[in-house]
Amino acid sequence: MNKRFLKEKLIRAGFFVTALVSVLVLGMIMVFLFSQGLPIFDQVSVGRFIFGTQWYPTAEPPDFGILPLIAASVAVTAVSSLIAIPLGVTTAVYLAEIASPRMRGFFKPVVEMLAALPSVVIGFFGMVVFAPFLLEQLDLLTGLNLLNASIMLAFMSVPTICSISEDAIYSVPAELKEASLALGATHWQTIYRVIVPAALSGISTAVILGMSRAMGETMVVLMVAGGASLIPGSLFDPVRPMPASIAAEMAEAPFHSEHYYALFAIGVVLFLFTFLFNICADYIAGRHKQVGAATL
Amino acid sequence: MKEQIKIRAKNLNFYYTDFLALSEVSLDFFPHQATALIGPSGCGKSTFLRCINRMNDLIPGVRVEGSLCLDGQDIYGPKVDVVEIRRRVGMVFQKPNPFPKTIFENVAYGLRVNGGRDREALSRRVEESLRLSALWDEVKDRLDQSALGLSGGQQQRLCIARALAVRPEVLLMDEPASALDPIATQKIEELIHELKKRFTIIIVTHSMQQAARVSDRTAFFYMGRLIEVGNTETIFTYPRHKQTEDYITGRFG
Repeated sequence: MNKRFLKEKLIRAGFFVTALVSVLVLGMIMVFLFSQGLPIFDQVSVGRFIFGTQWYPTAEPPDFGILPLIAASVAVTAVSSLIAIPLGVTTAVYLAEIASPRMRGFFKPVVEMLAALPSVVIGFFGMVVFAPFLLEQLDLLTGLNLLNASIMLAFMSVPTICSISEDAIYSVPAELKEASLALGATHWQTIYRVIVPAALSGISTAVILGMSRAMGETMVVLMVAGGASLIPGSLFDPVRPMPASIAAEMAEAPFHSEHYYALFAIGVVLFLFTFLFNICADYIAGRHKQVGAATL
Repeated sequence: MKEQIKIRAKNLNFYYTDFLALSEVSLDFFPHQATALIGPSGCGKSTFLRCINRMNDLIPGVRVEGSLCLDGQDIYGPKVDVVEIRRRVGMVFQKPNPFPKTIFENVAYGLRVNGGRDREALSRRVEESLRLSALWDEVKDRLDQSALGLSGGQQQRLCIARALAVRPEVLLMDEPASALDPIATQKIEELIHELKKRFTIIIVTHSMQQAARVSDRTAFFYMGRLIEVGNTETIFTYPRHKQTEDYITGRFG
């Protein structure tokens, strides 16, 4: 009896320690991120850092204005969402509601496999296949631009949006569907009037997580966004989103230099963006659970 | 009983893939009557009920043989519009299943999918339906609140109002009070008495007392077969079959 009790206690302690390690490590990374990022604000004010339009970190004197980088990140995320949300959500509706079990058995693994594609492969595809195609078709200066990056990012967020939305749609109680059909609604009316609204919080979570993925993605934007730190004026301008800037410059920035601190500060800004997305996703998912508040 | 027949099942067989769930069921339903379907779990009474509005279509691999007619028109005929059938044959389910919408929108739903746009006409019909289901006085001041905030019994009466709003000719009720407390159950039963003046009602129930209280006719199902059907009073006092008697006296089931 005592032995069993001891074993139980040990197992509990073991799980606690492993859980603690991951939380601690994440916490330490956060502390490090902020400790390395905040010193730049001794040199540059927060306002000038965020709203400054010139990013010349190695010039003399250097300019640390990251507005072009923020604008680039926001623009690629927005444009890729415009592509990925309709694609992802309609695919999810198709899989959960319309596809026959056989089609579903075929499509679902394929969509999930898309998620397994390494981002560098997608970046490579954008670079050697899609960029020349854009260049030729649209007669541009460069095929590596905002549009290219957005489309590649959309490829990456469709599986996230689709599979989470599909789960949400699939888990709408069959009773609601039956109630709608029994009232003489068609299958299509049932989908857009009952099923999708009932799954809306899950779908919103999916969309936000997909956008969060697009915003934080580094390799694709590093390879295909073009890398120019300009506020984009059109879909075909080359841009330099925040993650690409950090990845490209970190190796060249001298340890504990201003440039080094500035890159970490970009990391802080990026973190705040994705953190905000995740808070939104959590908030929407939580609202769904309240009885009585689900008024549509 | 030489009244016109509302629904007529003739030699109806029903299969879930290979399993024969209903065998040679022949049963007539008359307008303005409540018919109770009773029998032990798995006897096929719910399956039969769900044949009438083709709710079983949603399950893959089901098959129907024989005929099932609504006003003489075969419900499973090749040219039949399922949506049309379901508008004429309403259904109330075992568990209250209001939509996560407002009380008003729940009742208006069937009208909206039917193309109802005129706000005033909708309001009128919503009020009328809620009055019919005896819920109006309890909800008239909070029509724009979520239906999920209502109690279980109120939700079920809302589901009845929702079904009535499209003015069906037949109302199917699948153990409508099984998830409710005795007081809510009593309200639903009183309601059935009122409703059968206007609709044809078919109710599946596990409660013998409920069948006796609300129905004019009772049909007893056992192992996928219709054993006996007749006036409720007769069935409960002089059952012709041994199985019926055993069931209603509680010796099995």
